[in-house]
Amino acid sequence: MKIPEQPVPHGHLTTHVLAFVHLLRSAGIKVSTEQTLDLVRALEHVPIMSRGDFRAAACCTLIYRREDLPVFDAAFEFYWRTGSGLDPLIMALPVVRTPPKLLRLPRRPRQQGNGPDQERSEEEREEKVGLTLTFTAAETLRTRDFGSFSFEEVQACKQFLRNLEWRIEPRRTRRRRPAARPGVIDMRRLLRRNLRHGGDPVELAFREPRQRQRPLVVLCDISGSMDRYSRILLQFVHTISNGLRNVEAFVFGTRLTRITRLLRERDIDEAIAAVSKQVVDWSGGTRIGEAVKNFNYSWSRRVLGKGAVVLLISDGWDRGDPQLLEREMARLQRSTYRLIWLNPLLGNPRYQPLTRGMQAALPHVDDFLPVHNLLSLEQLGEKLAMLGKRRPERRQRLLPATS
Amino acid sequence: MQFATIDDLQQALATHDYVADRPLATAIFLALKLQKPLLLEGEAGVGKTEIAKTLARMQERHLIRLQCYEGLDVNTTIYEWNYTRQMLQIRLIEALGAADTHAALNEIFGPEFLIKRPLLQAIEESWDRPPVLLIDEIDRADEEFEAFLLELLSDWQISIPEIGTIRAGQPPTVIITSNRTREIHDALKRRCLFHWIDYPSLEKEQRIVSMRVPGASERLSRQVVAFVQELRKLDLFKLPGVAETLDWATALATLDARELTASMVEDTLGAILKYQDDIARMRGQGVRSLLEKVQG
Repeated sequence: MKIPEQPVPHGHLTTHVLAFVHLLRSAGIKVSTEQTLDLVRALEHVPIMSRGDFRAAACCTLIYRREDLPVFDAAFEFYWRTGSGLDPLIMALPVVRTPPKLLRLPRRPRQQGNGPDQERSEEEREEKVGLTLTFTAAETLRTRDFGSFSFEEVQACKQFLRNLEWRIEPRRTRRRRPAARPGVIDMRRLLRRNLRHGGDPVELAFREPRQRQRPLVVLCDISGSMDRYSRILLQFVHTISNGLRNVEAFVFGTRLTRITRLLRERDIDEAIAAVSKQVVDWSGGTRIGEAVKNFNYSWSRRVLGKGAVVLLISDGWDRGDPQLLEREMARLQRSTYRLIWLNPLLGNPRYQPLTRGMQAALPHVDDFLPVHNLLSLEQLGEKLAMLGKRRPERRQRLLPATS
Repeated sequence: MQFATIDDLQQALATHDYVADRPLATAIFLALKLQKPLLLEGEAGVGKTEIAKTLARMQERHLIRLQCYEGLDVNTTIYEWNYTRQMLQIRLIEALGAADTHAALNEIFGPEFLIKRPLLQAIEESWDRPPVLLIDEIDRADEEFEAFLLELLSDWQISIPEIGTIRAGQPPTVIITSNRTREIHDALKRRCLFHWIDYPSLEKEQRIVSMRVPGASERLSRQVVAFVQELRKLDLFKLPGVAETLDWATALATLDARELTASMVEDTLGAILKYQDDIARMRGQGVRSLLEKVQG
């Protein structure tokens, strides 16, 4: 075999492009054939001996999401790290295939050690039929506090949650569609229709605003004090994100983690297992103010458009600075259509929101509702379906400036 | 104007007062060569829109700009019938008593009654001299518009039921910008070349300021840029973009500032910070300590 003397024969380069694309794909980046062809085409115009230009060309053709940029960088470094750039040895390297997503994740170990969950899960599946509740059992379950649920009852609860129908009062969009009822005149259809009448407007045609579901954003506290509730509340979050379009979900303890993508997993247990694997601060302390601030700074602009409704689920036990919490709650409220605080402790008739955190946050909350049993979830569902056409009135408050 | 190499393009951009780093120049170069739309994402005010304007000026082409908003539809982006003219024509036909009223009435859906909106304009002009089409802040539009754009960008043709299909001669140069207030659908992204524009480095920003604000003294612009760069390291709700740096430098130059002083900065803070919380936080000690860093 002869080593080619030409700078770079084209066919050879294409092989590299394909191998590199293969590497990107195995790292979990979606690259279409069309994009690969674009890169090959692009290389006709770009000086391939320049590593930087080659990199830029590959980046703008193969990558279309900012999140993928670090993976691209790493893959590029890996592939071309020998410096010569076109070392045939690289081609001999076995490409490590990692599955795009982790399929089977270990379940979260239960709090009271009733033996490992792994073994139980198979039994549970079989038992599911048996767990379908009789009417009376379901009735008592409805009003029982989540905190007192046994493991079996938590399982039974899934069924119930799955049957709940979620609907959020829609928002009128700026887009119009043809309507049968009188509304705004649709000039185009009007003229078309009435041509046969010699252009006199005999038959009218109308348009009306189209309606769209509002985006829903859930921020769920999973710190230690929420321990008794967090698992079942996550199930609740899972069912709404599967039952509605346009739901974004986050959990927080001492830090904020976005779990929207993890909850796309159809199976409730797999989804929650994925969440518990990803989230590092289960059952730790809470800094609600920090978490809300983090949300405001990094996510609010991206997920709070188009009249979003925000559900903040927490018991309000906050170890952080109440001033910070107040300021960030005020900011959060200003950028949402409706800010609803769900507190499991509110189910107790003797509970009073006296913690400093709760006190700081309450003036900036539109609704303060309980979330301690299935009945309260039903009521929440009703609330969301009837939010009203107008944003609740809010009073401007003067907040102390940042220290 | 054709550019043979990336260097040529980078040079040309620079002579038209746009400082582009090499990866950005490569992306633009490829968008022109491969005739693909270029999707630019980045924080507000890093010069996304400016690229389209510069490209148009540079190539002496017409810039057609479509500012996106929710509810953008065919009537506002492609064409609309001129209803007033149509109605007048109907009256005219009646008054004059045309021989074939039916045929005459059908003519009111002809090209002369059409109002052309940006996308149709872009397609029509493409036969003559392909324009630069800027689809600005696509994240503000809704998904329906995205789906519709997808169709346009792949076929470059538009069909009007009453008239027929209108095809583009040469695809126009398309620049799409997004501030990421919403994720753009992957299908649309895949049709485009993608480039993420970051905040510029200190050197790059200095070049931009001295190019764009010639009125500011060398010393002033160096301090302004250093100050803004320091500001971007802080935990603020809205970090200032290049647009803000330029505004601020212009404002200070207008006030005949020779260099940054604490009072000068405080008085003009509104040019770079747009949230009351951020301004309140910087007032006093915040400004002073940053100034020390910048001057020291």
